[in-house]
Amino acid sequence: MDAEAAKLIGAGLAAIGAGMAALGVGNVFGSFLESALRNPSAADGQQGRLFIGFAAAELLGLLAFVVSMILIFVA
Amino acid sequence: MAESGKIDPMHQFAIEPMFGTDHWALGGYNIAFTNSALWMVISAIALWAFVTMGMKRQLVPGRWQMAVEFFTGFIDNLMLSSAGEAGKKYVPYVFSLFMFILMANLLGLLPIGIFGLHPFTFTSHFTITGVLAILSFSIVLIVGFVKHKLHFFSLFVPHGTPLPMIPFIFVIELVSFMVRPFSLGLRLFVAMTAGHVLLKVLAGFVINSTNAGAGFGIFVGVPSFALMVAISALEMLVACIQAYVFALLTSLYINDAENLH
Repeated sequence: MDAEAAKLIGAGLAAIGAGMAALGVGNVFGSFLESALRNPSAADGQQGRLFIGFAAAELLGLLAFVVSMILIFVA
Repeated sequence: MAESGKIDPMHQFAIEPMFGTDHWALGGYNIAFTNSALWMVISAIALWAFVTMGMKRQLVPGRWQMAVEFFTGFIDNLMLSSAGEAGKKYVPYVFSLFMFILMANLLGLLPIGIFGLHPFTFTSHFTITGVLAILSFSIVLIVGFVKHKLHFFSLFVPHGTPLPMIPFIFVIELVSFMVRPFSLGLRLFVAMTAGHVLLKVLAGFVINSTNAGAGFGIFVGVPSFALMVAISALEMLVACIQAYVFALLTSLYINDAENLH
């Protein structure tokens, strides 16, 4: 296989990671809403933790994006 | 390579010297005044103007003072809830950090391209977010070691760790501590880069499909444009969330330094 083609295929495969991060971020907010609606009075106090979870889940998707950008533009 | 027609989505991140300062050098290093530096200055001025106009200290605050007080109160609450009373003295730092990043992210989204100007999001460069992250990280290190001396290393051994596990936990916690500046800087930089690339790629779809004919323009260009509008709104949300996450994580790291575990 052409090295250029392999790079682009690798970048495309790295995009799967972005979709996986979508699952993770959706899970973070979904679980938060699920429990926040059960106990709305406790929800506001947990917003910091919500965004920590969001940041951790999102970082891994962003790393997938970095991998694909490196493959396309740098490697 | 990786271009859609003539539109290169990465061109918007190019750093160019401005105002004929290309050859300014200091000790062999080029110190040209770049578009990145220009937008940093603009953000700092915008931030200064925003806060100064809200500092009239009226007994009954006007709209502007309310806006400034909202942000200061927001950061005040953030530090109090994550670092306790000891966090109070870091409010000025975290407030500056948060507002600077927020201004940078939002100013970079300004649609002034229609006037022929090019907004430049300097937070989409790892050099800048990396320095901001190192700033936060070095505050954590300095405060931690000055306040707790070598006791600071107990941060890497959580309470109640069984003795045989201590070497492993120590290494794991040390690694997770050392990657903090990278993950902190990388998150902001990549989130901004990804959003701007996405917008440019969609803009490329609109232009290229319209050039390809009316049919393409209607079935590809118009939906792409609608998506661009929605993504722009999402980008504004992301700009705020990323600034908040940066401030939030900084406050948590400061909490580690101030209170250990």
